[in-house]
Amino acid sequence: MFETWFSAADAVFLARVQFAFTIAFHIIFPAFTIGVASYLAVLEGLFLKTRNPVYQKLYRYWLKIFAVAFGMGVVSGIVMSYQFGTNWSVFSDKAGPVIGPLMGYEVLTAFFLEAGFLGVMLFGMNKVGERLHFFATLMVAVGTAISAFWILSVNSWMQTPAGYAINEQGQFIVESWMEVIFNPSFPYRLAHMLLAAYLTTAFVVGAVGAWHLLKDSKSAVARKMFSMAMWMALIVAPLQVIVGDFHGLNTQQHQPAKVAAMEGHFKTETRAPLYLFGWPNEDTAEVDYAIKVPGLASLILKHDVNAEVTGLDAFPQEDWPPVPIVFWSFRIMVGIGLLMVLVGLWSGYLRLRGKLFDSPWLQRSAVFMGPMGFVAVIAGWIVTEVGRQPWVIQGLLRTSDAASPIDAVGVGASLVAFIVVYFLVFGAGTVYILRKMAGDPENTHIPDYARMPMAAERLYHEEG
Amino acid sequence: MDYALIWAILIAIAVFAYVALDGFDLGMGILFPWVKEEKYRDRMVNSVAPVWDGNETWLVLGGGGLLAVFPLAYAVLMPALYMPVIAMLLGLIFRGVAFEFRFKSKNNKHWWDRAFMLGSMVAAFSQGIMLGAMLQGIKVAERAYAGGWFDWLSPFTIFAGLAVCVGYALLGATWIVMKTDGNLQQKAYKWGLNTAILLIIAIAGVSVYLVSTFDNVAHRWLTWPGSAGLWLVPFALAIIGGGLLTSLTKQQQGRPYLWALGVFLIAFVGFGASIFPYLIPFEITLWEAAGPDNSLAFLLVGAVILLPIIFAYTGYTYWVFRGKVSEQSGYHD
Repeated sequence: MFETWFSAADAVFLARVQFAFTIAFHIIFPAFTIGVASYLAVLEGLFLKTRNPVYQKLYRYWLKIFAVAFGMGVVSGIVMSYQFGTNWSVFSDKAGPVIGPLMGYEVLTAFFLEAGFLGVMLFGMNKVGERLHFFATLMVAVGTAISAFWILSVNSWMQTPAGYAINEQGQFIVESWMEVIFNPSFPYRLAHMLLAAYLTTAFVVGAVGAWHLLKDSKSAVARKMFSMAMWMALIVAPLQVIVGDFHGLNTQQHQPAKVAAMEGHFKTETRAPLYLFGWPNEDTAEVDYAIKVPGLASLILKHDVNAEVTGLDAFPQEDWPPVPIVFWSFRIMVGIGLLMVLVGLWSGYLRLRGKLFDSPWLQRSAVFMGPMGFVAVIAGWIVTEVGRQPWVIQGLLRTSDAASPIDAVGVGASLVAFIVVYFLVFGAGTVYILRKMAGDPENTHIPDYARMPMAAERLYHEEG
Repeated sequence: MDYALIWAILIAIAVFAYVALDGFDLGMGILFPWVKEEKYRDRMVNSVAPVWDGNETWLVLGGGGLLAVFPLAYAVLMPALYMPVIAMLLGLIFRGVAFEFRFKSKNNKHWWDRAFMLGSMVAAFSQGIMLGAMLQGIKVAERAYAGGWFDWLSPFTIFAGLAVCVGYALLGATWIVMKTDGNLQQKAYKWGLNTAILLIIAIAGVSVYLVSTFDNVAHRWLTWPGSAGLWLVPFALAIIGGGLLTSLTKQQQGRPYLWALGVFLIAFVGFGASIFPYLIPFEITLWEAAGPDNSLAFLLVGAVILLPIIFAYTGYTYWVFRGKVSEQSGYHD
């Protein structure tokens, strides 16, 4: 009886909302844990080299935060590995032979590595000794990066498919694994995402450091993490702008409709303007309330003020991505990126003058910027995923043709369940993480491994 | 080379590894309602905290492997089992985060204990439902699921769901026997005996039902060479079940868990033999479901090299955390 209320189009729409919701939640955790895992490896390495207790305190402090975030990443990730089948079964049947083995390699080379050594990293310090423990931390960090390698290869293949053929069942089959894995957009996307993960983490670490400096400007541990984070902001944020530019040029080459939507270019024109702000109106094919700089888009995209830039009018309207979402998400991502560059430069200037820890305004700005990396990461993924629409595999398979034969009521019910559970569970997790972050890093407890009775050792890890 | 057959065996190994490993930590959650003392609960959770994450990775390998190697089976099974799959995922979320959250929470530890037990039960029950739904058959037309919304729900699948809960509780109980001592271990011996008897009855019940209801299954077990198995399987089950009960009665430490795994293995092989070579009984064989050979071969290279390494470092982790978990849960830093 419900079926008459909903059409198949609604079912596809709800499936898209569900995928967007679950993956947007999921990406928050890897974006953070990729960065924190590397940070922990650096901290433990520095401690073993210098024996400076500040590094040891920082390691234990961030390890506990990492444990909570990693757990949430694991459970939200398992959902993703099944959702291709539950909601996108046609896509799974057709693209499985190409993307499936890549995801299989992700499990074999990354997930097992992370999970296998995570136990030693969290609970094994007193069992294996310093060097093996450092090795475990390194394996977890390497695992997170390998995981990014494979899953971004999969996503990039969906954006810029290469090295494939189509068999008689309509399945995509592989002609060259090298071309599939190293498809045209992959190197740019991988670099852009890894830097995004490192930057996101750096700004979280910087915000926590700044928060504690505002309360106690002499704290050596808070100073150390703030200083390390600001180095990252100074060096990596400008680097990300450059990598992002290259990624954009690559997109311009392979997915011009996406770039046209990002820029709000409805018409193909020379001396194309850069719209700073405005509202792209798909009905009139104009950008309303536009503030624009003539020729600047040509300069950025073609590195020539007079070059012609392809607009959406070069494509049939049924192949347009939803323009306003892509246009605005892009501006949010870029805006946050530029703010990060500013904070980095500001900190560099103060550091040169020997006043890095003396500016409450820099510290307040750093606290404000703490969660911004996550906003930028999600906005960036919206740009690239919504910008690929109406295709699930660019130019080859439409999203509307890829869904499972599940009716709207079923998808709607699971969507509601996901929303309720995610806000409840990950909301609680965020509270626990924030509570940890509010704890004074100077008081981080370092277990005395040597004197601990064997029996109690195992349990030291909790209640910190 | 018959890549599809090799992969069917590898995925069966992954699924069995998942059941053997995640089974005991889900079973731990199922047994939670019978443990009131917080120190015992902490001790149980601490015994699996360093390894649960790796245990669950086998489930990801099962899902990812199916997509990679048998995309058609994945594309039919997941929509057919939509509700139990989603329920399992949500259950796994609750119980997965509870490992960390129950120690982090100041006033809500009891709520995360409930999340841990309910999440474990829902996940285990859903897995049983899926097993039952696969065994009772799934409708397919033109490379897609063609059945109804509630086809997975029947008295038989509910029975299978309960049977898996009982089986996991047995694995959990024998794990606790191995990892603890004192009062908690004594309780675990009792749970082990009860669940072992229930599980053996349940396996017998499912087997009788399958053979008496489905002509396809009956045909295999009642004609040669299956008829040899018809006697072999119950015989093996009797021997291993007897070993399990004896081992629990004698209060051995590590052996009950291994015997319990043996019971699972017999059931696993028995059900596998009932449906082989179908991946989706009795509609799609493993060869029909398989992707192109070069996809299977490409991932097989990695699996052959990496699985032994994975077994090695997983084994190393278990070795690092070997022995009994202490009762001194009062140590807080």
